[in-house]
Amino acid sequence: MLEFVIWLSETSWSISLVESLYLYPWIESTHVLSICFFVGTLIFVDLRLLGILFTNVPISEMNRRILPWTIFGFILMVTTGLLLFYAIPIRSYQNVFFRFKIFLILLAGLNMFLFHRQMRREGHKWDQTKTIPLSVHIKAASSLFIWSLVIISGRMIAYNWFDCDKQPQPEWVNWFAGCVLEISYAGGDI
Amino acid sequence: MDSDLLFNLFDQMEQSYLGEFMRDSIWLFPVVEAFHLIGLAILGGSILVADLRLMGFALSTRPIHYVLNQSMKLTKTGLFVLILTGVPLFLSEAIKCYYSRAFWIKMSALVLGLIFLFLIRNPFSLKLKESSIYLKFIGFLSIAIWAVVAGSGRWIGFS
Repeated sequence: MLEFVIWLSETSWSISLVESLYLYPWIESTHVLSICFFVGTLIFVDLRLLGILFTNVPISEMNRRILPWTIFGFILMVTTGLLLFYAIPIRSYQNVFFRFKIFLILLAGLNMFLFHRQMRREGHKWDQTKTIPLSVHIKAASSLFIWSLVIISGRMIAYNWFDCDKQPQPEWVNWFAGCVLEISYAGGDI
Repeated sequence: MDSDLLFNLFDQMEQSYLGEFMRDSIWLFPVVEAFHLIGLAILGGSILVADLRLMGFALSTRPIHYVLNQSMKLTKTGLFVLILTGVPLFLSEAIKCYYSRAFWIKMSALVLGLIFLFLIRNPFSLKLKESSIYLKFIGFLSIAIWAVVAGSGRWIGFS
């Protein structure tokens, strides 16, 4: 994997992207503003599931009318996110916050999968009764919590406190970031 | 002369206790900034849902007054989080903001956005007929103004 990201970083498009004066900041800003489409609309769906907002609107209708915008935001997010990774591959790959963010996204994905599986099985009942199962409330609250952590860890990627080229680092940092210490210490003599 | 007065004001704000406190820690600015982004998600999302409704692209079977009533709860929550986090962020680097074009664009757009939201969008959306073309225009303009606020806000960090 490290070899792959090193190869990525040496491709000409990756170099032009990271050295670009305007393109990189524009992609970065689009990535940040997509939060409004993605997380911003997801908040409505989750708060509906928690019974806090739009309680007059059936859950199925809320999903049908709002989730397409969430998916639109997600596509924007992933596209710009991949481009940002492509511009700075090695540093992102070896960044503790980036790795934690990917872990959180997978966790949120699992939560989403469990929610939609449950909704397929028993979702028709939720529209008819006022009471939504506690397990649904937990999944909606988890969604809000995990995506907030994704935003926080995403913002932190920009800071270099734990970067591999800033040694010495605590052992857990080098392990979690996948730092290759031989290279950074041996200099150019390998 | 006037700009000196303004500069001195910004200088004093930079020297404020809260500004110093923010600068004393390497963690505080990034963490407050991250919560500023969560505020952006809340405000931006609620602006989008309401404006997409005005344009007929989301929850279009539900009455406008209901969608506005529900979304404004989150709009106000988002504004609260953004101001609560935005003020210390600003105080920690007021002088940098003074010289930042993006900062002044953001503040101008923010004032415009708030005026538009409370004095134009909300009252007029309730009066206009569902089929009115002005609803689409109001929704589009609202999204455009807030996009400038958010985008130029991000740009403060690039300068």
